[in-house]
This record gives sequence, structure tokens and C-alpha cells, in this order.
Amino acid sequence: MTSILLSAALQLLFVLMLAPLVSGVIKTLKARLQMRLGPGIFQPYRDLYKLLRKGMVIPETASWIFSAAPLVVFSTATLVGLMIPMISAEAPLSLFGGVLAVVYLLGLGRFFLALGGLDTGSSFGGLGSSREMTISALAEPAMMLAIFTVALSANSTNLSEVARSAIGQSWRFLAPSQMLAFAALFVVLIAETGRIPVDNPATHLELTMIHEAMILEYSGPYLALIEWGAWIKQLILMTLLINSFYPFGLSTDLSPAGVAVGLGSYLLKLVLLSSLIVLVETTNAKMRLFRVPELLAVAFILGALALISTFLF
Amino acid sequence: MPEGIISALTIDAWIAALFAYAAGSLGPLFCIRNAGLARIVSSMFGIAGGLLQVWSSTAVLLEGRKMFWSAPSGVPVVEITLRLDPLAALFLFALGVVATAVSLYSFGYLSHSRESSPGLLGFLLNLQLLSLSLVFTASNALLFLIAWEVMALTAYCLVSFEHRKEATREAGILFFVMSHVGTGFLILGFLTLQSLTGSFQFSSFHGVSQPLPYATLFALFLIGFGVKAGIVPLHIWLPAAHPVAPSNVSALMSGIVVKTGIYGLMRVYFEFLGVPPLWAAILILAVGVCSGLLGVLYALIETDLKRLLAYSTIENVGIIFIGFGASLVFNALAKPNLAALALIASLAHIANHALFKTLLFLAAGSVLHGTGTRNMERMGGLLRAMPATAVLFLVGAIAISGFPPLNGFVSEWFTYQALLAGFGSTASLIRLVFPVAGAMLALTGALAATAFVKAFGISFLALPRSQEAGRAHESHWTMLAGMAIPAVGCLALGVGSAWLLPALDSVTAQLLNVQASSGLAAHNGFALSSGAARSGTVSIPAIAGLLILLCAVAALVGRTGIRGSVRRTGPPWDCGLSGLTSENEFTATAFSKPLRMIFAALYQPKREIQAEFDVSPYYPKSIMFESEVEQTFERRLYAPIKEKVLNRAFRLRAIQAGSIHAYLAYIFITLVVLLLFGVRP
Repeated sequence: MTSILLSAALQLLFVLMLAPLVSGVIKTLKARLQMRLGPGIFQPYRDLYKLLRKGMVIPETASWIFSAAPLVVFSTATLVGLMIPMISAEAPLSLFGGVLAVVYLLGLGRFFLALGGLDTGSSFGGLGSSREMTISALAEPAMMLAIFTVALSANSTNLSEVARSAIGQSWRFLAPSQMLAFAALFVVLIAETGRIPVDNPATHLELTMIHEAMILEYSGPYLALIEWGAWIKQLILMTLLINSFYPFGLSTDLSPAGVAVGLGSYLLKLVLLSSLIVLVETTNAKMRLFRVPELLAVAFILGALALISTFLF
Repeated sequence: MPEGIISALTIDAWIAALFAYAAGSLGPLFCIRNAGLARIVSSMFGIAGGLLQVWSSTAVLLEGRKMFWSAPSGVPVVEITLRLDPLAALFLFALGVVATAVSLYSFGYLSHSRESSPGLLGFLLNLQLLSLSLVFTASNALLFLIAWEVMALTAYCLVSFEHRKEATREAGILFFVMSHVGTGFLILGFLTLQSLTGSFQFSSFHGVSQPLPYATLFALFLIGFGVKAGIVPLHIWLPAAHPVAPSNVSALMSGIVVKTGIYGLMRVYFEFLGVPPLWAAILILAVGVCSGLLGVLYALIETDLKRLLAYSTIENVGIIFIGFGASLVFNALAKPNLAALALIASLAHIANHALFKTLLFLAAGSVLHGTGTRNMERMGGLLRAMPATAVLFLVGAIAISGFPPLNGFVSEWFTYQALLAGFGSTASLIRLVFPVAGAMLALTGALAATAFVKAFGISFLALPRSQEAGRAHESHWTMLAGMAIPAVGCLALGVGSAWLLPALDSVTAQLLNVQASSGLAAHNGFALSSGAARSGTVSIPAIAGLLILLCAVAALVGRTGIRGSVRRTGPPWDCGLSGLTSENEFTATAFSKPLRMIFAALYQPKREIQAEFDVSPYYPKSIMFESEVEQTFERRLYAPIKEKVLNRAFRLRAIQAGSIHAYLAYIFITLVVLLLFGVRP
């Protein structure tokens, strides 16, 4: 019991601290690839600190939903962060919820964020909510097919179980079904974290923004909570991808050596995946909103092919 | 207490509930002029009947045994034999909870209804409750059909209760026709069973041994019960009829009446027809997937709050059918444990949907009563005027979108687990059906969340879009209390699911001879498990507790920031534009616009814009905007049928001379023909 509490506390701290860093690394890598200097990998911490110190303006048209949304976004993301194996195959709360709980808890956060966007009465908020819900709804079947593929090879929806079974079969990541499922889930990751070509996290151009439009009215600590929650969600989805498909170095016990190897390989894989995201973001242009369904349809087909190919190999 | 007394009391409670409903329906007729008294009588007896039903059905579910009751009917062939077995008890339990909530709600609701007679509505409502109870417990086909018909007729009267409106009358007639087409198929189905077994008793139908005309019986019952369940494409009456009924009635219809079709199908397919062939089972699964997806897609583009809820009922019936169909598939593949898992998912969703749909319809009724409109484009900002209704609606919206820690998540989780387990259950290509159904279920669930973000966000948040919305007021406390009952149920069935699900054991034991619950609860009942080894667990109480804890921490951070940050209210920033009015707000139509474009193949949206210009085309004087979506099933499937039927009917006019002698002759000839062919020595 105490060991669970201890590992939960440690992982909570780890998730909270690492998420901004990953976002900073992605931003910096992107800047370097575009021959810019970039703000440095610690900028997100500075942003958080700044936002948490500032005062905030609550729109007078808003109700308590507006204030509840950041709390739900942040708490669902952190809770999910405890259910997912990161350094060790044993996630602290893995028994409390598997991959389905992860998907639906993130959905709960999105549900409240979309309501928060609508609550101000500003048309930008409504526009963002509408687009966010649409895109995430269309990404859902592809995500579920990819998850099914992973869960079928592990015979479980429990994420620790998935990671353990992936460790057990070290060459499995070369199987076509796994590679196709990875590709499908990668597209979903791009869509869910609001990255180019689906959404541009750097834009505040009215007609193109999705996530930013929803949170336009937030300021101060609430904005900090939302941003932090979004970074944690990004970290979680990246970890899901890494540890379900490429669990190299994931420690199966809590020995210091195992944890050190686990930590090192986890960070390395995060950097590699970040580079992949940056590469996709830099080499693509943002799509028109009504082209996004085609991209997600591709992800769906990749997921379906992944499932079918579990028959063949 | 000794066991004998408990079971005797349970039987008494079960039968007393029937008498309470009867009293609740007849009572108001005696005091129909005194609206206040009629209201009290009908509500009190309705609540009493509901509570008695909850008690008796809970006892039966927990003990898992059957109870019988019979009375002389005085009519040959028709026997009043009632049987309360676990399957019936589950539906009766849902009926009891919904009846209690609806009756309590009706007390406040009826005091405000302007045009109608509370006594008459109370009479019809309790008669509906009585006929529903009989439908679930009749163990004789004729009694079942009589109860079914009484249910359909009272439902027709309730749907067309506000008959002064043209749309209501039309919806009532559509309901009447569809319902009777369904009943016709049911009569054929039961007559076929009777001709095979020589009896109308349900007990004699069990596992009919002769080589069955399976396909015929399967199709007859699927159409007959499917009309009532609202499966696509037999659903068209549902979104027409449910919204126009008084809201307490809509809640009962979507919460329970729709379930009678599912009850009938479960009774027939599991108990009477035995192990199904694989094609039939997969057909049910496919019907579930289609109903779920099409139901939610139509719900998404609705701007009428109650029609949105009605379409969402079709969606949820689809989800119930996915579990039901998966259970039949496993049954056909001889995997009883998996069949039990899928059946539990389906049964849990039946109870869950009864709760949250009742809650949502009652809340929509409260909104309708507060604002006088069902059109979401004229609502907005209701959260300030109707805070309690808003919170209750939000609970229903979260539950129906399947988010933890409420009950919708539990049944969807079990449905996913069953589908996932199904993939490993067979080696043939059929197993691909399961993940595809799972992916479609995921799409359905996510679209449902979108629809309910829209329903709650557009109706309750931001600024009022019309004067009616600005003048809205909160409802009477009995209405709020009536809504609170299912809301508490949503929470209890979510957080307490690991403790409550074993009650479904008796149903799976009855239908499949499998007790699954020992595998369903893991870690001392703290977590749910899908039963199979290593398959995955989820703990709703832990999720709920941790969410509250983390929310509290986040609230602390959000409220004060690092050094006590200042909060102030001000005008919304709105990208620097000042003067936000309700006309700038996002509308319900705009919210679903992206999905309307993406699924244009289904909706066939048409829009017409007419603008009048003065000098420059950039400054129109007036703009008229019309947008329309094709009702595919009505236009493509039903309109041709309707035309043909009407054509034939016009030709039949020739024999309608209007002379009473001619009609008497027709009756005489029919009688002679029937005597010649029907009666054999």
C-alpha cells in the first residue's frame, strides 16, 4: 500500500515536471529545424510561473462551468498520468483503469473544456469547441482500432500488462500489425495534441485555430492549469505510443539500476518521438479543416489494416 | 425474518404495485373536476407503485428465483398468469425507479400545464405504468398481447395529448400506424409459436423442440419488437412521437416503453428460440451498430432539444443491441462465459439508459416549462435562471456520454471488453466483426459526447438568445426532486457498479446458465474486471475519489496562483472586439456544421440564402437563410410505401358504399368464410 502511494507520488511529480519540458524540447527542436534560435527548452516552466503569478479576468458572461473546466482538464490529465507506465512497466494506478479509462478520462477533460469554450458566449470559443469535438470524434475510431490491436496482442486493456507483454516479445515491434497500429496512433497523436497539419499550436489566427480558440478567454492561473493539462495529455499520448510499441529499457522491477536504465531509455525515446513530431510539423502545411477527416480516415484504414494483419503474421 | 415471509411479502409487493397503478389511474377519474386532488391521487399512487416495484424486483434479482401469480379471467383461452423472473425483474426494477421519478415530477409538472386536464393525464400515465408492468410479467401470449395493445393505445393517447397542435396529431397517427404494424407481426409470431406447441403459455414455448422455421420467427419478432425498440430503419416514429408528448411522458417512453421491445427480443431469442444460428446473431449486432451510429448522427444536427434526446435514444438502443448481439454471437459459438459478459453489458446499459434518459427528458421538460420552447436556438444562459435543472442535466449529459465516474462508462466499458474478448473467441474471419463494432461504438460514443456538449452548452451556457430564455425560471421542487432520483441513480450505478452488478447474475443464470459475477469484481469489489484472466480492470470509486482530490488541489492552485492572484470579472475579450451580444454567439446549427459537411452524403444538406442589397453587395439590407437536411429514411424508404398503400386504399373505396346493409352483408360473409375454414370438427 505504502509502496503504491510512494510510487504514485513520485510519478505524479515526474509527470507534472516532465510535461512542460517535453513541450519545450519540441518547440526548441522545431525552431532549430527552421533555423531559428528558439526560446530554450525551459520556457514552458517560465510561462507557467508567469501565468500562476498573474491575476485573471473572468468574463462576466461566464458561469461556474468556465471555472470548473480548467480544474477538470488538469485533474483528468494528471489522473491518467498515474495510470500509464513510464519508466517502469508497473504504473502506480494501472489496476484502477486501463487504456479505456485513459481514453474516456481524457474525453471527460475535453468535454468540460469544450463547455468552457462555449460558456463565454464568444463566437471564437464556440468555433473552437465545435471543431475540437468534431476532430476528436473522428479520431476516436482510429484510436480504438489501434488500441484494440495492441490490447489483442497483450490480451488485456491493462497498460502495465500491455507493456509487459511487449517486453516479453522483443521483436514484436517489427510485425506489420504493430507498425500499422503505430502509424494510426501517431496520426491520432497529431490530431489530439493539436499539431500541424491538423491544428497549429502557435497560431492565433481566428479562422484556423482550434484549441487556442477554445481557451481564448482564459487567463492567469486557469490558463496555466489548461496549458499544463494539455502538456500532460501530450506526454501521456506520447508515452502510450512509446511504451506500447517500443518498450525497450522499461524496467520490470524497482531496483536502482533498472530505474536508471528505464529513465534514460524513456527520455531518449521521448526525444526521438519529439523529433518525429517536429519533422512532421515542419515538412507539412496546415490542412484545411475539411481535409482533416481524410487524414483521420487514413488513420482509420491503417488501424483496420493493423487488425487484419494480426491474422496474417 | 424467515424466508417464507420475505418471499410472501415480495409477491404481495409485486401485486400491490399493480393495484396501486390501477388505483392511480382510476382515482383521478372520480375527481376529474378537481385538478388539485386528481394530481395528488395520481402522483401518490404512482410513487407507491414504483417503490413497491423497486422492492419486489430487487428481491427477485438478489434471490434469483421466479414467482408466479394467477387469477381467473372469466374469458376462455386468456389466462391471467403472471411470472416474475430475474429477466422481468430487471426491467421491472427500471420501471419502478422511472415510475417513482416521473410520478413525483408529474406532481409539480401538472400544476403548471396550461391546456390539459391533470386528471386525464394522471389516468393515462398510471394506465401506461400498469400495462408496462403487465407486459414485463405476463407469461401468457394472449395476456401479453392485450397488455401490449393497452400500452400502445395509452401511449398513443399520451403522445397526442396536446392534440390542438397539428404536428402532435400527425406524430400521434404515425406512432399509431407503426405501432400496429409491429403488433401485427407480433401476433403472427405468437400464432406461429402456438401452432408449433399448441399452447399460448410462455412456459410451453421454452426451447421448442420441433425443427423451427427459425428465419421466419426471427424476422417476425425482430420487426414486431424492433418497431417498439426504435431500431433503424423502423425508428421513424420515435423522433416524431417522443418530443411532442408531455415531458413526463417522453421520459417514460424513452426510458421504459422503448425497452419493452428489447425485453421481448431477449425473451424470445434467448428463451424460446434456443441457440441462434450465427447469421441471426451477427444481424442483431449489425442492427445495433447501424442504429447507434445513425441515431447519434441525426441527434447531432437536431436543434430541437427533445428531438435530440429522442434520436439519442435510438443511439443507446443501438449500444444495447451491440451487447445483445455480441451475446447471441457468443451463444452461437458456444462460449457461454463471454455470452454472459456481453449480456451483462447490455443489461447494464438498459438500466443505465433508463436512468439517464429519464433524467434528461425530465430536465428538458423543466426547460420547456421554464422557457416555453424546445428550440435550442432560442435558449442560452439558462444556467443562471435554472441552476438546479442545469446541474441535473449536466449529470445526465456526462452519464450518457459515457464518461467516468458515472454509469454510462460502466456499460460501455463492459461492451468494449466483450467485443475485445470476442476477437480471441474464434479463429474464423467472423472475429473481425468485433473490433469493427468496437471502433464504430467508439465513434458513436465520441459523437454522442459532441451532441451533448452542444445540447448543454447551447441551451444552458453563455447569454440568453431570446426573451423567453431571459425570463426563464426554476421549476417546482417536486420536479427537481423527480429529476434528482435518476441523477443519484446514475452516480450509484457508476460508483457502486462493482457491488451492484452481481445482481445481474440471476439474469445470466436464467438465460444462459452462467454465473459471471464472481469474475466481474476484483480487489474486494473495489474494481471492475471483465472476468477473463489478465483482461483489464477499472475502479470507478478510485477514479471518482482521485478526481475529486485532484480537482480540489487544482482549485487551490487556480484560485490563488502563486502569490494570491487577483480575480476580477470583466467583459469577454473576444479577440479584442467589444460589445458581445447574444447575436454573436455560436448557434446549435453552427456547432454541428463541420459534421454536417463531413457527413454530407448522409444528410444531403440543402441551404438557401436570399439577400437583399441596397447599394453595395457587401451591405445586405436583409438576409434570409434556410437550411434543411434530408430525412433519408422517411423520403427514400417510407414515402414510396405510403404512396402505394394509399393508392390501394383509394381503390378499396369502391366497396365502401356507405350503406349499412352492405356492411352487414360484408360482416356476414366474413363470418361464414371464417366458420367454413377456421373451425374444424
